[in-house]
Amino acid sequence: MPDLGQYTAEVLSAYAVTILPIVAIVILSIWKARRTKARLEDVEGRRGKAS
Amino acid sequence: MASLWEYANPRKFMTVSTALLPWVWGIAAICLVGGLVWGFFFTPDDFRQGSTVKIIYVHVPAAIMAVNAWFMMLVTSLIWLIRRHHVSALAAKAAAPVGMIFTAIALATGAIWGQPMWGTWWEWDPRLTSFLILFLFYLGYIALWEAVENPDAAADLTSVLCLVGSVFAVISRYALVFWNQGLHQGATLSLDAEQNIADVFWYPLVTALAGFGFLFLALVLYRTRTEIRARRLKALIAQERMA
Repeated sequence: MPDLGQYTAEVLSAYAVTILPIVAIVILSIWKARRTKARLEDVEGRRGKAS
Repeated sequence: MASLWEYANPRKFMTVSTALLPWVWGIAAICLVGGLVWGFFFTPDDFRQGSTVKIIYVHVPAAIMAVNAWFMMLVTSLIWLIRRHHVSALAAKAAAPVGMIFTAIALATGAIWGQPMWGTWWEWDPRLTSFLILFLFYLGYIALWEAVENPDAAADLTSVLCLVGSVFAVISRYALVFWNQGLHQGATLSLDAEQNIADVFWYPLVTALAGFGFLFLALVLYRTRTEIRARRLKALIAQERMA
């Protein structure tokens, strides 16, 4: 860990407010993609059985 | 001869994005992690700003991508308005939350950096104010998509909102050229090498910027695929209800 001196809190909090939202939107995007894909496969499966 | 408009076809888009995404994700991860690790651990302090100069590697790329994301939305919105390609409208919809996150990061890291350096968290100067307005436009754009039931009407209205918001994206980008006032410094990155920051900061900054750029591309491709699937899902459910 580099010596950040008197600005340790500022630098670390800046990196935290950057990394956390990026990780959050990546996780949310993956979760929404999987949920939508599963629902679509379910509906398409029902149509396939019906026909 | 192949046409760019082929990719407006949802099936073609899904096929091409399936092939592209692993590479884009990989390059994004390498550049983003590499740039931030390089900047945080392996660059010196600035003689004036001390260790706060390390905030440059998150603040500047976030700010650049916040504006570029809106310009991407502008282009895709115009394509929707003119050529009515649904993939284009859905790409703009997919990009908005990502751009909003980048704008929020730029505002937050700017405030954190500004307090020790300028003695204030915030100043109502042209660049900061236009950036805040751009953030509000992102919020409004996302809310408008959710508020309008008919997806084509939502695409029309949000496209117009995007056109209007582009004024603030331009002002955010060129405020220092238009108004020679405010706290914000001049260009950090420039085609004129003499204006740039020192090489020891420049190279990791450009690497981090590439990481943010490829991350944006990866998220937009990935989220557009989800929007395409969601649109098809909605259509199939509507057909089931009518049957």
